Formats: sequence, C-alpha cells, structure tokens
Amino acid sequence: MTIKFNNVFVNGASTVTGPYESNGPLSKFFDKSYEDLYMDTNTWEQAEIKILGDSVEILLNKTKMIKEDIDLFISGDLLNQIVASNYTASYLKLPYIGIYGACSTSVEGIILGSSMLSNNQIKNCICSVSSHNTGAEKQFRNPTEYGAPKPKYSTFTCTGAGSLYLSNVKSDIKVESGTIGTTIDSGIKDVFNTGAVMAPSAADTIYRHLTDLKREPMYYDLIVTGDLGVYGKKILINYMQTEYGYDLSHNYDDCGVMLYDLEKQPVFAGASGPAASALVTYSYIINKMKKGELSRVLMVATGALMSQTTVNQKMAIPAVSHAVSLEVVE
Amino acid sequence: MDKKRYADLVDKYMPKESKVYNVMKAFIIGGFVGVIGQSLIDIYVHWLDIPKNEANSYMIITLIFIAAICTGLGFFDKMASWAKAGLIIPITGFAHSMASAAMEYRKEGLITGMGSNIFKISGSVILYGVVAAYVFGIIRFVLFGG
Repeated sequence: MTIKFNNVFVNGASTVTGPYESNGPLSKFFDKSYEDLYMDTNTWEQAEIKILGDSVEILLNKTKMIKEDIDLFISGDLLNQIVASNYTASYLKLPYIGIYGACSTSVEGIILGSSMLSNNQIKNCICSVSSHNTGAEKQFRNPTEYGAPKPKYSTFTCTGAGSLYLSNVKSDIKVESGTIGTTIDSGIKDVFNTGAVMAPSAADTIYRHLTDLKREPMYYDLIVTGDLGVYGKKILINYMQTEYGYDLSHNYDDCGVMLYDLEKQPVFAGASGPAASALVTYSYIINKMKKGELSRVLMVATGALMSQTTVNQKMAIPAVSHAVSLEVVE
Repeated sequence: MDKKRYADLVDKYMPKESKVYNVMKAFIIGGFVGVIGQSLIDIYVHWLDIPKNEANSYMIITLIFIAAICTGLGFFDKMASWAKAGLIIPITGFAHSMASAAMEYRKEGLITGMGSNIFKISGSVILYGVVAAYVFGIIRFVLFGG
C-alpha cells in the first residue's frame, strides 16, 4: 500500500535527548540534551512528558509559529496508554490524534499527517514521538535498579523526543511517498531479540515500496531502518538478498546503530524505541539533506508490537514497519 | 521464508556468549560471597560470642543489609549485570530484587505502589522456596525420620 503525496514539505524538525544520546557520535545535531534521566522531574514518566513537550516547544520556536497556528498534533510513545503523548497534548490544547505502532510510530505519524495535507484537509501538522530508557525498562522488563543480565543482541531503549513540522508551504525537503506496512509474525518469541523480530517486516515494507513505485534500491542515497540494531541490520541485508533478490549492502544503515558509539557505550546492539528513528532522521539526516549530501532518503520505522502479557503467554511477537520517502526539492 | 528457515538465518548472526566464562565468573564471585558469609559467621561466633545458630541469621541479615545499601546507592545493578548469577543467586540477589522494586514503585504510593510491587521479582523466590522446603522436608521425614 504505497501513497504518493502532493505538496507535503518538511518545514522544521526538533530533537531532545537524554545523556546517553548526547554522549554519542551525533550529539552536535541535537537541539537540547539533559544530563540526568529524571530531567528535573520526579518520575521517568514525567521526564518523558517533559522532553516531548520540550521538542514541540523548540519546534514552534524554530519555525516561528505559535501553537494556535497548528492544525493537528499527531503523537505516540511506548508508555502504556501512550501517556507521554496524551499529557503533552493536554498541555498544548491542540486537535490531537494519539497513535501507537511501537517503534514504527514516527513514520506512522508522518504518513497520517502527509495524507491529510496532501488532500488539503489540514494546512500543517506536528508529528512527534518519544521514548525513555528507564521508563520503558520499568514497564517492559524489571525495576530499573535491578539490572538483570541481558544478552549481547538485546537493544537499549533510547531516551529522547523528536518532532517534525509538515506543511503545504514549499521548502527544501518534500515527503514524496509513503508505504503502509503489513504486520508480520516471524515466529521469534525472544523479547530481547527485537532486531530479528522486525527484520522480515522491514524487508517486506522496503520490497513493497520499491515494487509499487518500480524503483531499485539504488534510487535512494540512503535507506535507513529504525532500530534493528547491529545484528538485525545484518539479518535484514541477508534476508533482503535471499528472499527478494535486492542488494542493500551499499546504501543501507540503521538509526539504532548510528545513534550510539557501540564500541564505547554500554548499549548492547544499539538503540531502540520510537525516538531512535526520529532522533537520527530529524537531526543528522535532515541536516545532510539540507547540505545537499543526500537527496533521496527512505526512512523505514520498524516496530516490534510486543506486550508483556502475550510474551509471557509464549506468543510470537508481531512486527510492523512503515516507510516514507524524503526527497530534496530540485 | 518459513519460520524454521528464518530461525536458522537469525541464529547465524547471533553473537555467542561464552558459557564457560560466565559459569567460571559466577562460581568465583558467588564463592567469594560465600567466603564473606562464612567469615562473618566465624567473626560473630569467635569474637562476639554469639551461638552458631544465631550467627547464621546475623550473617544473612548483614549480607542483606549490605546488598540493599549498594542497591540504594545505585551501583549493585552494574555489579549484578557483570557478575550475573554470582550475585543474583546468593541472598544478596534476593535483597537487591526487593530494594530495587521498592525504589522503583515508591512514587506510586505506599500501598498501590511499593506495597503491591515489592515482591514483583522475589515473590517467585519465596513461593518456590517455601514449596521446595516443604517437599524436601517431607522427603527427609520419610527417609530419615526427621
């Protein structure tokens, strides 16, 4: 299911991070970083609400808009009942759609907003996502101070929030098309191995996107997945070659691998979480596109749709990936 | 690709953990905790003139106290994820699991948060510990007459 968009432009982006991200290789591209995971609040949940609000505020400042100018706020996160987004929306008092697609939420939001913009139903919108390391750890795993041993292939939920401002006003970068992914059950039950859970869904979405638009992988300067991690990345390259015959080895990377210095930081196989794709794309990649170093980028956000309850019931974890094509306007 | 073939493909890329190394590490660290425990008993018995039976309990209380303090100061989690079973299996792991849960859920209230979540991890230890004690107690009674 691939949709071509008309007149949808990226008119601004903002990123706010925690300490691990600002110690990583992309630190100079972020708008704001906190040194402490509490971000001057009392709980992990309140900290996530704070950074999500910060990212929207910074975006409004950067685009010289006031919030009354915004037609729609689309947001999602990992916390139960997407509370970080809900509270941020309640402070903003904007028309709001809360979405959940685990770590595929960022692109899910962009596709939703772009379709409405493309049909002239709205003039502009803000698409946001957030995640918080210890907030997710507490909810999906053990108390944060417990520190249970993890396998090397597990990923590290990143802390941060990213917001993207889309509108009909022409700018350097347009949202050219988007592919809504199908949900795939790859049979993997290991909650730590989300890279392997999501790789087939990422491959399926990339394949559908390329065949729907009759493109080759080399059409893009960069194809970037959300949070497969270093092992998931290798699995995807192999899977794409054996299953569909496409070679991704030249122009493919993963945001989860790009966000951290995997040699020096204690992050196992790399970053995960809805914010992983947003933090890298909305800062580093958009920056490179503006400089003219990249002109066509396919952003594939990958989501492992797991729940503690069904994982304990030994059910395999389904995954969904959505893709959008970002292109520099000629 | 069917699920079996995919599982094989995934397996090819998974990093291998050295089981021998992990077992050795757990053996040495766990053994070290045991040595500390035994030393504490000896100290209590010889220096403080506490009867051996009571010294056992004092030793356990001391280790629990030290582990809980380390959890509270924020570095036991790093030690536990490095030493793995070496620190999680002894009584230190039990104390750590309760202290970490108490810290995590304190902000959600004394009853609804800390009270209902403090045994989140250690609940299984208590349940199966009691069941195991009961089963082995019966076996001992039947075979050796108590």
